[in-house]
Amino acid sequence: MTVTLKETDAVVIGVGWTGSILARELTKAGLNVVGLERGAKRMPRDDFTIPSVRDDLKYAVRQELFQDTQLETVSLRHSPSETALPIRRLGSFLPGTDLGGAGAHWNGMTWRWLPSDHRLRSHITERYGKNAIPDEMTIQDLPVSYDELEPYYDKFEKLCGVSGKAGNLRGKIVDGGNVFEGPRQNEYPNPPLAKSMAGTIMDTACRSLGYHPFQAPSSNASEVYTNFEGQTLGACEYCGHCERFGCEANAKASPNVCILPALLADSKFELRAHAQVKELVYDKAARKVKAVRYVDTRSGEEYEQPASIVILGAYVFNNVLLMLTAGIGEPYDYKTGKGAVGRNYCYQVSGNAVTVFFEDKEINPFMAAGAHGVLIDDFNGDNFDHGGLGFFGGAWIQAGPTNGRPIATRPVPPGTPRWGRDWKQATAKWYNHAFTIGASGCNYAHRENFLDLDPTYRDALGRPLIRLSYNFHDNDYKLAGYVGGVLGRVAKAMNPTVMSTPSVKKGDYSVVPYQSTHNTGGTITGTDPKTSVVNRYLQSWDADNLFVMGASVFPQNASYNPTGLVGALAYWSANAIVTQYLKSPGPLVHA
Amino acid sequence: MADDNIPIRRRNFLLGAGTAVAASLTPPAAEAQTAPTAPGDAEPLLTLTPTEHAFFVAAADTLIPADNLSPSGSQCGVAAFIDRQLAGAYGSGARLYRDGPFLKGKPELGYQLPLNPREFFRAGIAAANEWSRKTYGKDFDRLADADREAALQAMESGKAEFSGFSSRMFFNALLDISMEGFFADPIYGGNRDMAAWKMVGYPGLPATYREDIKKYFGKKYDKPPRSIADFS
Ligand SMILES: Cc1cc2nc3c(=O)[nH]c(=O)nc-3n(C[C@H](O)[C@H](O)[C@H](O)COP(=O)(O)OP(=O)(O)OC[C@H]3O[C@@H](n4cnc5c(N)ncnc54)[C@H](O)[C@@H]3O)c2cc1C
Repeated sequence: MTVTLKETDAVVIGVGWTGSILARELTKAGLNVVGLERGAKRMPRDDFTIPSVRDDLKYAVRQELFQDTQLETVSLRHSPSETALPIRRLGSFLPGTDLGGAGAHWNGMTWRWLPSDHRLRSHITERYGKNAIPDEMTIQDLPVSYDELEPYYDKFEKLCGVSGKAGNLRGKIVDGGNVFEGPRQNEYPNPPLAKSMAGTIMDTACRSLGYHPFQAPSSNASEVYTNFEGQTLGACEYCGHCERFGCEANAKASPNVCILPALLADSKFELRAHAQVKELVYDKAARKVKAVRYVDTRSGEEYEQPASIVILGAYVFNNVLLMLTAGIGEPYDYKTGKGAVGRNYCYQVSGNAVTVFFEDKEINPFMAAGAHGVLIDDFNGDNFDHGGLGFFGGAWIQAGPTNGRPIATRPVPPGTPRWGRDWKQATAKWYNHAFTIGASGCNYAHRENFLDLDPTYRDALGRPLIRLSYNFHDNDYKLAGYVGGVLGRVAKAMNPTVMSTPSVKKGDYSVVPYQSTHNTGGTITGTDPKTSVVNRYLQSWDADNLFVMGASVFPQNASYNPTGLVGALAYWSANAIVTQYLKSPGPLVHA
Repeated sequence: MADDNIPIRRRNFLLGAGTAVAASLTPPAAEAQTAPTAPGDAEPLLTLTPTEHAFFVAAADTLIPADNLSPSGSQCGVAAFIDRQLAGAYGSGARLYRDGPFLKGKPELGYQLPLNPREFFRAGIAAANEWSRKTYGKDFDRLADADREAALQAMESGKAEFSGFSSRMFFNALLDISMEGFFADPIYGGNRDMAAWKMVGYPGLPATYREDIKKYFGKKYDKPPRSIADFS
């Protein structure tokens, strides 16, 4: 039997980065907000302490903090003609669970999209002509311009205390920052992190080639910092246990450190942990989600929570799942191109890397922050001329270890066996003398890459799994080939004792090796309800009181790690809800 | 059949053999490396059968042979680590989606078998020993060093034809769990005396380098490693 609860002003589904931001902004506006989080209430002072927080096996290898695939997963097929199989063990990406979501154990690279990324289709058409974009590349503009979003990027950066150096301060180009970025009104809240040996080698090599290196914009605070919520971040310890781990120094910005202490102290907010949302109760005629049904995973009891406003912040896959199972909007059909829910699922083109070895240099890879690399953006987005190249987009290119934890990080020169006497000798010899230069490439939407419901496999609640129809396509392979060439040039310019052959992403998409948790699309934002699921304020075209958060709203993926844009759009949407929607609940954009 | 030996005898045999091999391979200068703090092979087993344990000991000592850099894999506790891992949550399929139908898929779709890791290694070791008996006339752990190496190479390349089992998949899982045992924090039973961390120069805990990242810029870090146990 389902117990129906008293109506609340707003319910937030998923209390990760976006759920926390929305809950905070709505309670500040005077609303009563209920936060439903499927996982446990993890708090750093108890969960993330020395010594157990440094457990490589538990956190990095056995995946303690991620979605439990025994209960919920997704399936994959490479093309619509194949049968999808479930991802039985997480690998390629690692959706978070528990309070704070993946925000509790991310790495902290905190980017803004390039102004041209914001208006990708228009930009490419203007620069390369009307027929430049192939039919199957279903890219669109993000319907919020860089300039409109700038104050919200700024706000998220101030929430996180991002460390970095501006490369474009109100139009003035600054050496040492990312000279390709859009103009920012303010400098980063904190100075860049301490330099690493690998980063220094990268910096010198890139300068010698005429490129423009800069330190990663990092939500690992370089100094003690107090944000506008009155929450204090500690200074980064360079512990080399960042991505996949919680932070014992409270230096990595997370919902748990930056917002939740204030939110949990506010009587207008009620957190319900162990509350797994099963379905949305949709009234199509009224264009509203009337309530949210969830299971208390401690008792098995089912509840119905009515709410005036529903915020969906359950990460890409569950955002799409909850909309599809409720029948909100039209599911995407790749054959006709009709329908928008599930459309334009994208990822990123990684797997391009080269490892460099220096006999005479001590790298100390274990002294590292999560976002600690030195990068170039010279070959990203449309920062270089694509005339005649046969592809669009590019990649950020980065060097600098995030860790030296030896279960996974122990580079050996090419040709070394994977075990035995020679492997041991090489591992001992090179462990402290090597690092990898990597790249993260844009992934532009393709007609046959999308999300829908799996016809066969089900989760523990009996719901169909989300099915990914996804593979890399021509644009991705060409992009990877081009970036591989750049990697080789950069590596050579470092003059290493030995280097590997730059690997270039080839073959089908694999779910086995970790690539990134930068899944995007499925509930994309746009100006036309036929080709988008939410309007520019992230409001559903089909349910006025439903707002969808997170990277599922990206029309396609840029090369950047997503959370800078995710956080900025969350604040942007919250502002629209508070200043417009609360005054006159209804569509904020008329299609 | 090589299978019919009495478990106790097999383990005693191995304990002796392992020590002798390690001693003969270790250059005198690195004597200290051959003295693990705990006598690994005498530890009670949680889940492995004596045959399986003998297999893991032999495999660990071939993958990670004793030399001047560290004692052998099993001397560092790799087999004890594997026993504990397979006896616990991981071994019984934690975080593994196990609903059917189970269909054969391309390698890019990842693991698709209904077996949990405990069952996987049970079936895999049975298949490996069967193949070893067919090829060399003996179980894998009874092979001479050179044959063990050749056998693992055949599995790694997939040339070893196990009946009903992919030898390459088995080898990759074996290599992964052995390296986990060698390099994980010693609290899990492997990496005894932090031998693997000493071998590469990984300092372990507490990993608070705010001052050291400047002080040791470009310099070798010279502090001895510490484990979770040292802070508990
Ligand atoms: C290992 C790792 C490293 C990363 N590094 C970076 C980086 O360096 N830079 C960057 O920009 N991004 C990075 N990311 C991505 C970043 O973490 C996400 O972009 C960000 O957390 C997304 O915020 P969100 O609110 O959309 O989702 P999340 O923060 O993941 O929150 C979603 C929440 O919803 C909950 N939930 C899901 N389904 C339900 C349900 N049915 N009912 C109730 N609750 C539910 C989840 O448990 C979770 O708490 C990384 C991610 C991972 C996993």
